[in-house]
Amino acid sequence: MYVSNCSTSLRAQTNKTRAVYSLIIINKAGGLVYQREFHSGLHKLSTNDYLVLAGTFHGVHAITRSITPRLPLASTTTNPTTASHSTTASLSLTSPSGTTTPTASTPTASNNPNNPAANTPSSSAYSYPIPSVPASGLEFLETDKFRLTCFQTQTGTKFLLFTDPFMANIDVVMKKIYELYADFVMKNPFYQLEMPVRCEAFDRHLGSWLRGRI
Amino acid sequence: MSSTTKTARIGEELWKTRVDKVNAELVTLTYGTIVAQLCHDYDGDYTEVNKQLDKMGYNIGLRLIEDFLARSNVGRCANFRETADMVAKVGFKMFLNISPTVTNWTSDNNQFSLIFEENPLADFVELPDDGRAQDELWFSNILCGVLRGALEMVQMQIDAHFVSDVLRGDDTTEMRVSLVRYIEDEMPPDEE
Repeated sequence: MYVSNCSTSLRAQTNKTRAVYSLIIINKAGGLVYQREFHSGLHKLSTNDYLVLAGTFHGVHAITRSITPRLPLASTTTNPTTASHSTTASLSLTSPSGTTTPTASTPTASNNPNNPAANTPSSSAYSYPIPSVPASGLEFLETDKFRLTCFQTQTGTKFLLFTDPFMANIDVVMKKIYELYADFVMKNPFYQLEMPVRCEAFDRHLGSWLRGRI
Repeated sequence: MSSTTKTARIGEELWKTRVDKVNAELVTLTYGTIVAQLCHDYDGDYTEVNKQLDKMGYNIGLRLIEDFLARSNVGRCANFRETADMVAKVGFKMFLNISPTVTNWTSDNNQFSLIFEENPLADFVELPDDGRAQDELWFSNILCGVLRGALEMVQMQIDAHFVSDVLRGDDTTEMRVSLVRYIEDEMPPDEE
């Protein structure tokens, strides 16, 4: 959690009115199914760029999952160095808009006590025990100007929310968006699963709920 | 079993606070009409009716799971026993206000039964008196499909079918659910 301790009241005021910039929804195959800005006049990328962004993010997300440090269970008590080191896993990338630091989530330790290769962690010697919690992958990415929060549902759909870096309670917004999606997209009998979302009711409710929050 | 009661409490809470209610008879009558129409359309071919109901349920399940997850806010189940509890005490509670009993586990923990003490879909129903419906039609078969579709979306391939139904004159209504496999991440391992 990043806490802003330098925000002035002026700053807070401007943030209040423009906290959520835009939303992207990516299906479980990495395809862009929804993209929307919540402020008129926001600079838009081309459709193709959004598709590339969705695909790229999907890939990076998968990579952050696969590079999640994998702890052999036997060493969790005997080898504290490895354990503490791997919980701070992060990687740095540089983007045109500034330095971004995607933070990989806390790694899941192997809880397979019978793993014969537990002390020589290689990718083949380890697998996440299913269905216990798998590595979640990239959860947020932050620059000076914005924060991208990724919420992946248990069904594999990803919600990407671009917000002001100082905005609080993003999880509440995310949860509400998921509920609206479940209602107005998934329950629409004419919406085809995994296809682009063109549901007017979803647009309407999303827009009015976000406006109501401000 | 404290985890079981905890799951039950989640279900109760959701039912009380997060669920829009609808007249039960509307549901019963709508579902009854669908089944009767299918029996008519397929000319009393009950095997086909069962199949169609399962298919319809499957398509519902694929969508309904998102509603379940978005509202319940529950995390991933650690094992199939937890899944069974979640299905019975939160899933069925949320959508039908019933909590079937989970029982008859196999020793490998991959198969269980759901016993339905009550079944809102089947209120007022008497199966057709043609000598076959009693043996062939699984009236509430849509529920099997719903379960199959919903669990498939959270990476579990299961098989679900009814083994008895009070509508047929059996003592209980029992659905048998078996885990076929966990669906692994679709990404090939050498793509890293």
